[in-house]
Amino acid sequence: MCMRVTDHVILGQDLNPKMIEITVDGQKVPAKEGEPILAALLAQDIMVNRYTVKRNEPRGLFCGIGQCTDCAMIVNGKANVRTCITPAVEGMIVETQYGYGGANDVK
Amino acid sequence: MLNKQLLIVGAGPAGLAAAIEAKKNGVKDVLLVDLNMKAGGQLMKQIHKFFGSKEHRAGVRGIDTGAAMLKEAEELGVEVWLKSTCVGFFDDKVACIEKGMEDGSKKIIYLKAETIIIATGGQENVVRFKGWTTPGVMGAGAAQTMINVNKVQPGQNIVMLGTGNVGLIVSYQLMQAGCNVVCLVEAAPGIGGYGVHASKISRAGVPIYTKHTIKEVKGNGPNGRVSEVTIVEIDPKFNPIEGTEKTFAADTVTLAAGLKPVSELVKLQDIELVFNGPFGGWVPTHNEKMETTCPGIYVAGDTTGVEEANTALEEGKVAGVSAAEALGAISAAEADKQRAEIWARLDGLRMGPFGEKRAIAKKEVMAKFPGVRA
Amino acid sequence: MSIKEVGYISMQELIDAKQNISDARYAKGPVAVVECVQEIPCNPCEAACKFGAIKIGEPITNLPKIQEDNCTGCGVCVAQCPGLAIVIVNKAYSDTEATIAFPYEYIPTPKEGEEWEAVNRQGVVQCKGKIVKVMNPKAFDRTPVVTVAVPKEFADEVRSIKRK
Repeated sequence: MCMRVTDHVILGQDLNPKMIEITVDGQKVPAKEGEPILAALLAQDIMVNRYTVKRNEPRGLFCGIGQCTDCAMIVNGKANVRTCITPAVEGMIVETQYGYGGANDVK
Repeated sequence: MLNKQLLIVGAGPAGLAAAIEAKKNGVKDVLLVDLNMKAGGQLMKQIHKFFGSKEHRAGVRGIDTGAAMLKEAEELGVEVWLKSTCVGFFDDKVACIEKGMEDGSKKIIYLKAETIIIATGGQENVVRFKGWTTPGVMGAGAAQTMINVNKVQPGQNIVMLGTGNVGLIVSYQLMQAGCNVVCLVEAAPGIGGYGVHASKISRAGVPIYTKHTIKEVKGNGPNGRVSEVTIVEIDPKFNPIEGTEKTFAADTVTLAAGLKPVSELVKLQDIELVFNGPFGGWVPTHNEKMETTCPGIYVAGDTTGVEEANTALEEGKVAGVSAAEALGAISAAEADKQRAEIWARLDGLRMGPFGEKRAIAKKEVMAKFPGVRA
Repeated sequence: MSIKEVGYISMQELIDAKQNISDARYAKGPVAVVECVQEIPCNPCEAACKFGAIKIGEPITNLPKIQEDNCTGCGVCVAQCPGLAIVIVNKAYSDTEATIAFPYEYIPTPKEGEEWEAVNRQGVVQCKGKIVKVMNPKAFDRTPVVTVAVPKEFADEVRSIKRK
């Protein structure tokens, strides 16, 4: 389980953040307003963001700061969105990305 | 096309310090661009008190230094574009930026800068072992971002590979966030980072296995997530010793095997690079102004060789002062005076058994500087 | 075995770094014990002590040295040390007990009067300890300093408590 850090000696308490709802692969998922999509998913134990192009292998959080693209997903229909640097917004539609996610398909 | 006196790419400690210093020295028009949701770079996840001396805000937590710098930059009127990626440069310092708009969309902007500071930071190295792409294997910095910035645990039972200061500090912070650190694994015969950081790990009862490496990670957890980690002892030539395997139940592996400079933007320019092992790879040569071989383009921070936040901050200041000089905001004599003070502090940061190597590396990188092209 | 190999400090390393405290000084009451034996560029402890009891000087990589007679055992340096490498040891606390005041940045923060397991530098439980004081004023900047009372014979061993 990936628990949220709600009590911390240095960071203090984070007990009642404003929550919103996004949709991930058809399921409603709660998210803290403004947190990266990836963080909201992690808090629900969703670790896989995409499957690779050639071998269909699962990938998830790797760098967390927008450099590696392992957390790319389809967001509101747009593929290859780095979920670690994209804030969650109420009503956002997020889908696991397979290969190129339909965008820029290389035949 | 938009015009800017100074474009700074990367709003971490180096970029922020550069922006503040340039503004303080009278540069009117400073634009700071960063691809992240917040400015401050990796400072914003350093919740520990920093080492150093008073001038380096020693004893102050990195997050608080970051917050103070953000406030100062704002008060000085530095323009900041977040969620914005500098994609590349054309000739004559024309930058192409994918700007993050308020509605969440992106817009391509071209702008002409009179001077540019590239402070794109570093990137974590990966370590390849059987199963290294399994979900749950991640950079130590990624885990640190999750707990300290996003306030969500990356997992529950964590094996840390690497005992440099990053490996030690992030292990400690994972425990502060309520995670269980199973063990630390180090290929070298000794712990890489400061003994005082290692002592915190030891006091918490977490074992540190030196002369060991990860042999295999199995992903039998939910959705193929990491489920167990096998480590193995290695001989002095780093070959695994059969029969010494130990297997732990874990859902997360964090890699703290050093960083390399992020130098793509530097490489897009006609800037001369040199390879430097201790600094993590290819870095731009530069002079004492932090100017590259391309006139008017400066570098600072981990992009110029991986060190730490304090050195990045000081180098950023040098670059900011130099940009102010190039733009005519201050005299050469004034710039020289300010730079001399900053370099003295930089020398202080590159001392002692842990700093010496970096002092030598910096000298080597700068010794290969052929001069700014006319 | 050195700290670099095992990740914790030995008594010999403290002696070699001249950071051990004399028995005569221990007899007088609380005193700061600095366990910092590597030359790292760091000196907030020196600046923190208004009694001039911690000396580093120039260069900044010098090892910190306690001036035993100047140290009042006030504990201001404990939360200031970024390496969490300073404790206050009071071997004169009572006839049978000593106290150790140490930085503790984990949740939950102990409360006065509670009983916790006291651990040594390797995290191995040595004995039961009673929490006699917990300080976390603003000046400590979110590094709580916890004082635990333990049987006297563990005064040189106990350096923290076991996390819950």
